[in-house]
Amino acid sequence: MTASATVPKPLSPATATAPKAVSSATVFVALLRRDMRVARKEIVFFLVRTTMQPLLFLIVFGFLLPKMNFLGKAYQTALLPGILAVSLSLSAIQSVALPMVQDFGWTKEIEDRLLAPVPTRLIAAEKIVAGMIQGFIAAAFVLPIARLVMGPIPALTLSHIGEVTLIVLLGSLAFSSLGMWLGTAIAPQQIGLMFSVIIAPMLFFGCAYYPWRGLDVVPAMKYLVLVNPMVYVAEGMRGALTPAVPHMPLPIVVAALLIVASAFWTLGIRSFYKRAIG
Amino acid sequence: MPPGGGNGMGQRGEIVALQGLDLEVRDGEFFGLLGPNGAGKTTTIGILTTRVKPTSGTALVGGADVNRQAVEVRRRIGVVPQRANPDRGLNVIENLLFHAAYFGIPSSASLPRAMELLEQLGIAERANSKVDELSGGQQQRLMIARALIHDPHVIFLDEPTVGLDPQTRLSLWEILRKLHAEGRTIVMTTHYMEEADKLCDRIAIVDRGQLLELDTPEALKQRAPGGTLVEVTLSSDAAPVVEHVKPLEGVLRVEAAGPLLRVYSDRGGRVISSVIQAAEETGVNVANISLTEPSLETLFVARTGRKLD
Repeated sequence: MTASATVPKPLSPATATAPKAVSSATVFVALLRRDMRVARKEIVFFLVRTTMQPLLFLIVFGFLLPKMNFLGKAYQTALLPGILAVSLSLSAIQSVALPMVQDFGWTKEIEDRLLAPVPTRLIAAEKIVAGMIQGFIAAAFVLPIARLVMGPIPALTLSHIGEVTLIVLLGSLAFSSLGMWLGTAIAPQQIGLMFSVIIAPMLFFGCAYYPWRGLDVVPAMKYLVLVNPMVYVAEGMRGALTPAVPHMPLPIVVAALLIVASAFWTLGIRSFYKRAIG
Repeated sequence: MPPGGGNGMGQRGEIVALQGLDLEVRDGEFFGLLGPNGAGKTTTIGILTTRVKPTSGTALVGGADVNRQAVEVRRRIGVVPQRANPDRGLNVIENLLFHAAYFGIPSSASLPRAMELLEQLGIAERANSKVDELSGGQQQRLMIARALIHDPHVIFLDEPTVGLDPQTRLSLWEILRKLHAEGRTIVMTTHYMEEADKLCDRIAIVDRGQLLELDTPEALKQRAPGGTLVEVTLSSDAAPVVEHVKPLEGVLRVEAAGPLLRVYSDRGGRVISSVIQAAEETGVNVANISLTEPSLETLFVARTGRKLD
């Protein structure tokens, strides 16, 4: 080893007295760039991890079963927006919750960001935004694949792309915030439990694999599932992508997602702060 | 100084407080926090680096309150943690560049500095390696580079040389001396007496969250109880032996702690044979003997009743 003992000169002689202030926005962008750099390095793992489940579902229920004539075109139409909802929600949750569990649980590697000269809550907010972006990417990745696997879907239209984007963003925000909350509130040993007890029921009772209006046949369940934020993402995607098919009205979906997102945002950022500052 | 006494400190002082412990680290000082594991050293560093909220009291770093002006404090400090925690999603050089970016330094300015730091710490050839490919010592050096990349005025190091090989430890000491010579304030925790002795302008000896001693290494050593410390581990309780050892020639002071007998001697190790004899006359056997010359170590033992490691 040849570690010599000279030390770099100070960047500027003035730093001793008054370190230059740096804007929170600059730091926020740097934090976001870091997360995007890491996400880019892991893009393949990320996409496999978060879209495998919905894609498998897609192949069985969107391709094989219709091909076997067990399910009709109408089901495909109902399924497609739901698959997108699942993809974006899963990836938004996981891209925040998993690193949080790991960082706070054992590696403590988030420490270097916690020393950044910005309020600690801003660091949490940045993580949520990064998760949101990853949810968006997952949805954009799955949509063309879904269309390819299922073949033409008559009711599908991209003419309401603005609404689609809005629902994807709000849904990603809600689930990314939920991921922040879960990832900082749950003990690392219980992360497996999170998937089986929280995420799995959320997917299956989230009106992703069937439209909400279909639950007219089981009224109790129709109202019970309204506590599940996934319902609003799935129904919102239906309203935006296949507006001809019966769906929850978009204004209600948007309002519900706003409420859910702000609740999870508050809980998530509070929980992050508690974990970050001992 | 009164608790929370930020008054009269001016902007050039840094105050440290923990559990009713008040002390001031002067601007440009190399300050050592010396104490055994669990003494509260890491908590102190945690509070001063805004990572732990104190339950009460005040702490200022460069005039900024760690509680209410955490952002101001973070801007001024660099931190080397006890356990290396590099960002594993990034490679070695990215760890430095992004850390600089968190402080608003563009990569055009941070890249040459990062390379210089890696060069000086002897890990330049690992610049593009994954962090996981570094050895423990190399990761620790990366932590030091990271703490310096944004050119902070106050540097906190929590047990920086634990787990380093002797050569790396020496080169780190040299680097710390240079940083100190540049006028930076350095606060370092350690449980190595020698390290504190060699590097620090002043040392606070802490144990169980309490400040026991605070002075220059020289003054502290003079305060150490006279003579060589002879520690004798007995086969049973040492208390009954104390009275028999006290009158022996060359014995300055005797203490018992369980089976451990501490004898301070002004005749070096020459009291050993008579101490053993005295012990055996009271019917106990000697299991182990150790000798320590007057030092920070003997002062520490005298003040806490415990050894450092």
